[in-house]
Amino acid sequence: MATVTGLPNPSLALGASRANVPGESKPLPGAEVPPRLKISKLNFFYGAKQALFEVDLNIATNRVTALIGPSGCGKSTFLRTLNRMQETIRHTRMEGQILLDDQDVLQMDVVSLRRRVGMVFQRPNPFPKSIFENVAYGLRVNGWKGNLREAVEHSLNRAALWDEVKDSLHKSAYALSGGQQQRLCIARALAVDPEVLLLDEPCSALDPVTTAKIEELLFHLKESCTIAIVTHNMQQAARTSDFTAFMLDGKLIEFNPTSQLFTTPADPRTEAYITGRFG
Amino acid sequence: MDTSATAVERGAPPSAPRALLRQLRHGDEIAHLITLIFASTIILITSVIVYELWVNSHLTRQKFGWHFFFTSTWDPVFEQFGALPFIYGTLVTSAVALLLAVPLGIGAAIFLAELAPPKISDSIAFVIDLLAAVPSVIYGLLGVFILVPIMRTTVEPGLKATLGFLPLFQGPIYGVGFLTAGIILAVMIVPFIISVSREVLLAVPSDQREAALALGATRWESTWKVVIPFAKTGIMGSVFLALARALGETMAITMVIGNDPKVSASLFAPGYSIAAVIANEFTEATADVYLNALIELGLVLFLLTFILNGLARILILTTTQRGTAHE
Amino acid sequence: MSVRTIWRKSVNVVMLSLTGACAALTMGFLFFILGYLVYHGGKDLSWNFFTKLPTPVGETGGGMANAIVGSAKLLFLASLIGVPIGFLGGVYLAEFGGRTFSFLVRYTTDLLNGVPSIVIGIFAYTVIVLPMHQFSTLAGGFALGVMMIPIAVRSTEEFLHAVPTSLREAAMALGASKWKTVATVVVPAAIRGIITGIMLDLARVAGETAPLLFTAFGNRFWSPGWLQPTASLPVVIYTYAISPYDDWHRQAWAAGLVLLGLVLFANIGARLILSRKTMLQRS
Repeated sequence: MATVTGLPNPSLALGASRANVPGESKPLPGAEVPPRLKISKLNFFYGAKQALFEVDLNIATNRVTALIGPSGCGKSTFLRTLNRMQETIRHTRMEGQILLDDQDVLQMDVVSLRRRVGMVFQRPNPFPKSIFENVAYGLRVNGWKGNLREAVEHSLNRAALWDEVKDSLHKSAYALSGGQQQRLCIARALAVDPEVLLLDEPCSALDPVTTAKIEELLFHLKESCTIAIVTHNMQQAARTSDFTAFMLDGKLIEFNPTSQLFTTPADPRTEAYITGRFG
Repeated sequence: MDTSATAVERGAPPSAPRALLRQLRHGDEIAHLITLIFASTIILITSVIVYELWVNSHLTRQKFGWHFFFTSTWDPVFEQFGALPFIYGTLVTSAVALLLAVPLGIGAAIFLAELAPPKISDSIAFVIDLLAAVPSVIYGLLGVFILVPIMRTTVEPGLKATLGFLPLFQGPIYGVGFLTAGIILAVMIVPFIISVSREVLLAVPSDQREAALALGATRWESTWKVVIPFAKTGIMGSVFLALARALGETMAITMVIGNDPKVSASLFAPGYSIAAVIANEFTEATADVYLNALIELGLVLFLLTFILNGLARILILTTTQRGTAHE
Repeated sequence: MSVRTIWRKSVNVVMLSLTGACAALTMGFLFFILGYLVYHGGKDLSWNFFTKLPTPVGETGGGMANAIVGSAKLLFLASLIGVPIGFLGGVYLAEFGGRTFSFLVRYTTDLLNGVPSIVIGIFAYTVIVLPMHQFSTLAGGFALGVMMIPIAVRSTEEFLHAVPTSLREAAMALGASKWKTVATVVVPAAIRGIITGIMLDLARVAGETAPLLFTAFGNRFWSPGWLQPTASLPVVIYTYAISPYDDWHRQAWAAGLVLLGLVLFANIGARLILSRKTMLQRS
C-alpha cells in the first residue's frame, strides 16, 4: 500500500544505517526496553475547560516518539505536562500519573525534573548572552562543578554546532542565524545531560535545509537520549520517529510504531488525517 | 555516551533530596517575600503621608473648621488663618494657564498625531518631553528676569489699553501677579497636554479618519469633527492631568506671583497660591497653629491633586480602551 | 469649485498651519530656554564657580562648591531609598505579584507620583526634621528618595514586562527556579532600560527645590556629615534669583545652566542608550 510519503518504509527514509542501533528491526511499543516515561489517565484542564482526556502513553527509551494531530488537538499541551511547564500558567489542573523511570513526576522537585527532562521550543529563544553563556546557563544554574568549557564544547558537538561557532563563543547568540539559534537551544538543553528531550515543533520557524540538519541531529541524539517531538509536519514525523501518537480533540486516538501508523493506520480518523482529509 | 565529565547527577541532588527541595522552594518564597516587603513600603509611606498631614493639621481644623476655606484673613500674629486667598490664587493662575495651554497643547498634539510623519512626530515629541524635564526653578529664573519686565513694560500696559474696560485688566501694574504666574504655568504644563493628547489621538483607530476622508471631508474637518470627538474624553483627561500638575507647582509661581495674600479681581495684581505660601512661610512658622494652618493647606493640595489625577486616569483609560476595543 | 469648497479648503490650510505653529512654538520654548541660559549663564561659569564657597555679599569670586557637593550628597541618599524600593517593588509587580495586592501597590504608586513635591517636603519635615529638631541632609535626601520611588517602580515594571516570556520559559525548562530565572535572565535582559529609568529619575529629583526648602534648608558653608542643613543647587538658584544682588543673579544664571545641562544630558543620554538597545536586540 502506497503511503503518504510514497516510500515503502518511511522510517528508513533517511537512509541511515540501523545496524548499530541496539536490538530491533521491528520495534513494538515498550517491548524490549522499559519506557522512559509512562503516562496514565492524564487529564488536563485550563480553568474549567478540559484539554486532555484520559491520555495513556509510553515514551520509549532512546527512541523518537512523534506527536501529530491538527491544530488545537492538545499535543503541545501534553508535551508541556511532561516537564511540568504547564505549572507556569495560572488556573491549570492536571489529573493522572506521569512516571519518569518509575518515579512520580508530580512528587518530584520540579527543578530536578526539568534537569532530567529538557525542552526545546517552537521559536528559538536564546538568552541575550554569549553563545558560551547560553550553553553554560543550565550548568551554572544547577551548580555544575566540573570543567565548564569542556561541557559546553561537548554539548555544542552533540548539537552539531561546534564547528560553526568554536571561534566565536563569546559573541552574542543573536548574531547567529535562526537555524543556528535553534541548534544552540538544543545544545543548551543538552548541556545538563537530560534523559529526555522534548521538542515542541522545533523546525516550524526554520527553512528546509536547517530542518534536515536538525532531523539528522535527532537521529544521532536518540542513542543517548529519549526524544519526544511534537510536529505538525507529517512527513517529518514519518522521517524521524520510531513511534507516532496521533491526537485529536485532546484524546489519544492511535499510538503505534511509525511505519505501521503511516502504512496501515488502525483508526479511520488517523487515516483521514494522514491522507490529508482534514487538519 | 555519557563521559564522566558531562554526567550531571541524575535525579540525585548533591545532598539529601528533601533538604534541597525545601531549599529551592525557599529561594522562591524568600524572593517573593522580600519583593513583597519592599512593595509594601510604598503603601506604608503613602499612608503615613496622609496620616501626618491629617494629624498635624488638627489644631486649625478644630479651630476653624470649614470656615478655613472661606476666610480671607491671613494673620499669623493674631493667629487668624483663612485659606481663601491661596485657593483663589491657585485657581486663578491654573485657569489662566489652562486657557493658554489647552489650545496650544491640543493644536500641537493634532499636528504631531495627524499631520507630521512618524519620525518627525517622534523627534518633536522628544523635544517637548525635554521641556517637561526642565526644573521649576529654572522657569522661575527666566520668569523673574525676562518675563516680569516684559509684562511690566509691554504686555500688561498693552492689555490695559485695549481691554481695560474689563475688571480683569485694571489696576496698578507691577509685572508680578496672577497673569505672569499663569503664563509661566502655561508653558510648564503644555508638554503634559501635548504628550497625553498625542497618545490619545494616535489611539483613535484609523478607520474613523478614513471614513471621514472617504466622504469628502478635508483633513482638518476629519480631525476636528471625527477624531477629536472620539478622543475627547482622553483629551479631557490630559487637561485634568495638567491641572493637577499646575496646582502643585511651587517655585516658578512663588517667584513671579508677588506673594500677597489678597483676593483681587485684576490679573495684574499680586497674589498667592497654596504651594507658594507653604514654600515661603513654612520655616517662619514658629507657632504650632501657624504650622498647622500651612499643613492643612498641604492637605487640601493633596486631596485636590488626588481627585484630579484619579479622574484623569479614568478618562484617559476609557478613551484608549475604546480605541483598541473598536479595532 | 463652489464658494463653500474654497472656504473649506482655506480653513483646512489655515487650521493645519496653526497646529504646526503650535508645535513650533512649543519647541521654540525649549530652544529659547536653553539658548538664553547658555548665553547668560555661560559667561559666569568659572573655576571659582565649581570650587569656591559663597563669599559675603559684595565680594566677588564666590562659588557654589558647597551647593554642588550638597546636591550630590542629597542624590546619593535619595538613591539609597528610591532605588531599592523602586527596583524591588517593580520586580514584585512584574514577576511575583498577586492580583489584588498588585493592584493596590500600583494604585498607591500612582497616587504617590501625583503628590505635589511641596507636600512631600511637609511629610519629610514631620517625620524627620521635627523629631530631630533640625534641618538635615538626611531629611532632604529622604524627601527626594520618596519622590523617586514611583517612577523607579513604573520603569522597572515596564522594562521587565518587555522581556519576552519565551526567555523565562527557556530558563525554567533548564531547571532554574523562579527567582533564579528573574535574577539571571530577566533582570539582565531588562537592565539597560531599568538603569536609564533610574538615571532619568535622578535627573528629575536633582532639579527639585520645593521639598528641600524646609528639610535640607540651606547652608552658606560646607555641611559636614549627614545631619546638618546643606546647600543644594536648586535652592541656591532660588535664593540668589530673588535676592537684590547682581553678583548673585549672575551666579544664579550660571548655576541654572549647570542644572539644566545635567538634566538635559541625562534625558538625551537615556534616549540614546535606549535606542541603541533595540538595535542590539533586533540583530
